[in-house]
Amino acid sequence: MSQSNTRQNPAFYALIAVLVIMAIGPVLLMFVNSFKLDVDIISGTSGLLFLPTIQNYEKALCDVLWYEPSHVEFCSLKFGGAFINSLIIALVSTVLTLIIGCMAAYALVRFRFMGRDTVSMSTLMVRMVPPAVLLVPVFGLWNNEFCLDKEGLIGGFIRDTMGGRGDVCLAGTHSGIILIYVAMNLPFVIWILQSFIVQIPRSLEEAARVDGAGPFQVFFKVVLPLIKPGLAAAAIFTFRIAWNEYLLASALSDRDTKTVPILIVNNMSEFNVEWGVIMATGMLLAIPPIIFTLFASRQIITGMTAGAVKG
Amino acid sequence: MRPALANRLTPYMFLAPAAVIMAIALLYPLGYMIWGSFRDWSPSQTIGEAEFVGFKNYITLWNDPNFRESLGVTLKFAFFVVTFEMIIGVGLALLLDRDLRGMSLLRTLFILPMMIAPVVVGLMWRYMYHPTVGTYNRLLDWLGLPTVDWLGQHALMSIIIADIWQWTPFIFILSLAALQSLPRSALEAARIDGATGWQQIIHIKLPLMMPVLIVTALLRLIDAFKVLEVILVMTEGGPGLSTEILALRISRTATEFRELGVAAAMSNYLLILLLGLTVAMFAFNRLQEIRAARVRAAVEEDE
Repeated sequence: MSQSNTRQNPAFYALIAVLVIMAIGPVLLMFVNSFKLDVDIISGTSGLLFLPTIQNYEKALCDVLWYEPSHVEFCSLKFGGAFINSLIIALVSTVLTLIIGCMAAYALVRFRFMGRDTVSMSTLMVRMVPPAVLLVPVFGLWNNEFCLDKEGLIGGFIRDTMGGRGDVCLAGTHSGIILIYVAMNLPFVIWILQSFIVQIPRSLEEAARVDGAGPFQVFFKVVLPLIKPGLAAAAIFTFRIAWNEYLLASALSDRDTKTVPILIVNNMSEFNVEWGVIMATGMLLAIPPIIFTLFASRQIITGMTAGAVKG
Repeated sequence: MRPALANRLTPYMFLAPAAVIMAIALLYPLGYMIWGSFRDWSPSQTIGEAEFVGFKNYITLWNDPNFRESLGVTLKFAFFVVTFEMIIGVGLALLLDRDLRGMSLLRTLFILPMMIAPVVVGLMWRYMYHPTVGTYNRLLDWLGLPTVDWLGQHALMSIIIADIWQWTPFIFILSLAALQSLPRSALEAARIDGATGWQQIIHIKLPLMMPVLIVTALLRLIDAFKVLEVILVMTEGGPGLSTEILALRISRTATEFRELGVAAAMSNYLLILLLGLTVAMFAFNRLQEIRAARVRAAVEEDE
C-alpha cells in the first residue's frame, strides 16, 4: 500500500513505538539488570539511577579471567568452560551441517533422482519431530549402543590415552552432541540450499565442464560461490539451534561437556536465585544471536520465508 | 576409474554423508523408541535386558489422569498460542504494510525475540513475573492496583503471554511477506471501484493471503508442541500440573521417574498427534496446488 504521500497519523507512530518497546523491552531490562548488584535489583530502585557494575560478569566468568576479582571467594560457576563447549559444539555442527547439506542439496537438484517432493516431505516430517521425542532413544543409544568396546582396538587406545573406565561411548562427548544437532538440522539446510541451487543456470556448469573441470571442481568453484546468501541463512539457523538447544544437550553431556543453556537452567533451579549473575549469563548467551540479528536480518528473513512459505 | 563411472557415482557420493547421518541419528533412534515403548525399561538397563510388556505402557498412560491433564494443558496451550499469535501477527502486518522509512530496522527488532535462546527468554519472563521483585507487579503496585500471582494461579496464562511475545513476530513477518507479494492489479482495481480499507482487507487481501496464512498457522501449531525450555525455566511445569505440557512430562518421566518405556510411549502419542497435523498440512498444500492448476487450465481454455 503506498500511502507515502499522505501524512501518517501520529497515533500510528505511537503504536510503532509501543511495539518496539514491547519487542526489545525485556531484552533491554535484562541488559540493564545484568549490570546491577542483587541489592539494587531486589530493593526496587528501578529505572536507570544506579551505579553500573561488572561484578556479575566477573562472577560468571571467574574461571577464565586472568585476574581474581576481590568479591569472588569461590569460583563455583564454571561459565567460561561451558561457553567454550557451546562455541565448539555450535561451530563444528554448523560447519558440518553446511558441508554435508550443501553436497546433498546439489546432488538432489542436479542429478534429480529423487523429486523435490521427497525432500520437502522429509524436511517437514523432521521438522515435526520435537526434541523431547528424541530424548529417550538418543539417551539410550548414545549411552549403550553407540560405543566402542574398551577391549577393542580403537576403544582400547582411547581408554589408554584418555583414562577413564568402561566402554567408550558417544554420550558425554562433544561429538555425541554434534552428531544429533547435525542430523536435526540437515533436512532444513538441504531444503533451503536446494531452493537456491535451483536458480543457478545449468549452462554455467556445463561451460565449466567443457573447460575441463571435474564434478568436484564445478561444485566448489562454480556452485558454492553462487549460493552464498543461502549458505548464510542456513548457517545462522543451524548455529542458532545448536547454540540455544537445552534438552538433548542436557541428556548427553557430562560435567566436562556442559553447554551454557544447561548451566543457566541448573543455576535457576537452585533455591537462592542470584538474579544479577543469572542475567549476566543470560546476556552472554544471548549476545551471539543478537549480533546475527543486527547484522544479518535480511538473510534470516529470507531463510524464514523460504523455509515456511515454500515448505 | 573411468570417467563415465565416476560421473555416474558422483550423486551418490554427494548424497551419502547426509543419508548416513540421518539414518543413524534420526531414523534409527525413532525406530529404537518405538521398540522401547513396548518394554518396561529403566535407564540402568540396556534395551535388550528390559522386559517386553506389549501395550502395557500405552494403556497405563491412557488411563493415567496426570497424562490426560498434561495432554489437555498441551492442547490448550497450542490452541490459545496459535489463535492469538495469528490474530495479532496478521493484524500488525495489515496495519504496517505501507511505505515506512525504517521498516527494515523495525523488522530486525521484531525478529530479536525469536533468535534469543528459549532458556534466556524463560529467565527474562521469570524475572518480570516475579511476585515481589518482578516488573509487572511493581508496575501494578506503583499504579495502586492489586498485584497478580503470575506464575502461581495464572501460570498457564503467563506462559501463553510469554510465547505470544516470542513468536508473534514469526507470523507477522511471514504474513507481511505474503501481503507484499499480492498482485497489485487486484488492489488497484478495488481502490478505483471505491472499496474502503476494511472492504479491501476482508474481500481481497485476506482471501488472497489465505493459503500462506494456513500453512503458517499449521507450522506454528507444530512448533507450539515443541516449546519446552521457556516453560521449564519459568515454572518447571508447576504449580501442580497446571503448565506441564507433554514435552516437559516426557523429559520428567525419563529423567526423574526413570521410566524410559513409559516416556517412549508418551513420545509416540505426541508423534502420532503431530503426524496427523503434518498430514493435514500436506493434504491442504496438495489441494491448493490442484485447485491452482484447475484455475490455470480454465483460464487457458477461455483464451
